[in-house]
Amino acid sequence: MRHTDTGDAAAPLLAASDLVKTYGGTEALRGASLDLRAGETVAVTGASGSGKSTLLHCLAGMVRPDSGTVRYAGERLEEAPERRLSELRRTDFGMVFQFGQLIPELTALDNVALPLMLGGSGRTEARERAGTWMERFGVWGQRELRPGQMSGGQAQRTALARALVTGPAVVFADEPTGALDSLASERVMTVLTQTVRESGTAVLLVTHDALVAAYADREVALRDGVTAPAGVGV
Amino acid sequence: MSTRHILLGLLASGPSHGYDLKRRHDERFPQARPLAYGQVYTTLQRLVRDGLAEVDGTGSDGGPERTAYRTTEAGARELARWAAEVAPPAPYVTNEIFTKVVVSALADGDPAAYLRDQRAAHLARMRELTAVKTAPGADLATVLSADYALNHLDADLRWMTTTAARLTTLTAEVDAT
Ligand SMILES: Nc1ncnc2c1ncn2[C@@H]1O[C@H](COP(=O)(O)OP(=O)(O)O)[C@@H](O)[C@H]1O
Ligand SMILES: [Mg+2]
Repeated sequence: MRHTDTGDAAAPLLAASDLVKTYGGTEALRGASLDLRAGETVAVTGASGSGKSTLLHCLAGMVRPDSGTVRYAGERLEEAPERRLSELRRTDFGMVFQFGQLIPELTALDNVALPLMLGGSGRTEARERAGTWMERFGVWGQRELRPGQMSGGQAQRTALARALVTGPAVVFADEPTGALDSLASERVMTVLTQTVRESGTAVLLVTHDALVAAYADREVALRDGVTAPAGVGV
Repeated sequence: MSTRHILLGLLASGPSHGYDLKRRHDERFPQARPLAYGQVYTTLQRLVRDGLAEVDGTGSDGGPERTAYRTTEAGARELARWAAEVAPPAPYVTNEIFTKVVVSALADGDPAAYLRDQRAAHLARMRELTAVKTAPGADLATVLSADYALNHLDADLRWMTTTAARLTTLTAEVDAT
């Protein structure tokens, strides 16, 4: 289902270079650069307000930077038409946020099946594949519940199943465990890490929690909208 | 803890005699065991023997005769090396990290650079421990001990993050006393 050739394994799959983004008088990003290789998990860390979410949004094609470039498999996202960006978000990218990504009116199973149906799959096939992912993420037993009826951890594992069900090349996770206690957080991170390792999915993981960042292969630290040089923390 | 390096750090702000060094040490590190005079004098003599400090002069100020010491260039280099050296990321290194940051700030060093390196070492160790505890088949004792170490390293890391953010103020305060 990947529409884009992920290309040469040595070249980064996704690369942001010198991103600048200003909101009114606020400089959210003042020169942020980051490479993400295929299959790699990178943690973006930094204090609240340091620009982590803005960087994730620029990389996922949800926000256009004022300057700088975002390349995905060789394609320039910062200048790509909106239509192409929404196509990529449907086919190549998966998203998980801290709250609210599940549709409250749908059952867990229909939530996970939805991206497949939006991609043109029939309802039966979509629900079958969605069920497989829910089982893998330990939420098969909750398939008929609505998001409001699940625990926070179950809802986040359902959201992960929904993010991965289309077989994306990159998952963007913004504080995916931000609202969870330590054991629920551990379960979400363990299942995410194991799954993406098997499927070769790259993950951009935004977190302010070092215990969560420790699941990543490496860390990129943001401070006041600027990324630190490689290997250097906050 | 390295008494040699703490004394070198205290000497970085100017010549001082043994009694004064002991008093400043006990003030600066109230959590540490107070230094014994004997230990201060022995350590000063070793610093002189190793060329890291030298006698600045003697005086009595109306009281007993006292020898003042000053740091040498080699002493300043040794202090900078120690202050920049990453501590092994294990639980209970907090006190060493704290001491390095304070001594480094006292000696006009670069505690921010040290904290970045220490943070990277801590996170690398936390990644190893996370891999150990999430490996398929990890037994309960392994998971519990990895959790224990992870949470203590995380506490260090949060202190280091706060300290890095506070450093400008901290340096200013240490300079002022
Ligand atoms: N849509 C927006 N409108 C106005 N200001 C924003 C917007 N998004 C982010 N900001 C500002 O940009 C800065 C960085 O925000 P963000 O990227 O959300 O940081 P983080 O995720 O690290 O907490 C903050 O000062 C925030 O208030
Ligand atoms: Mg954010």
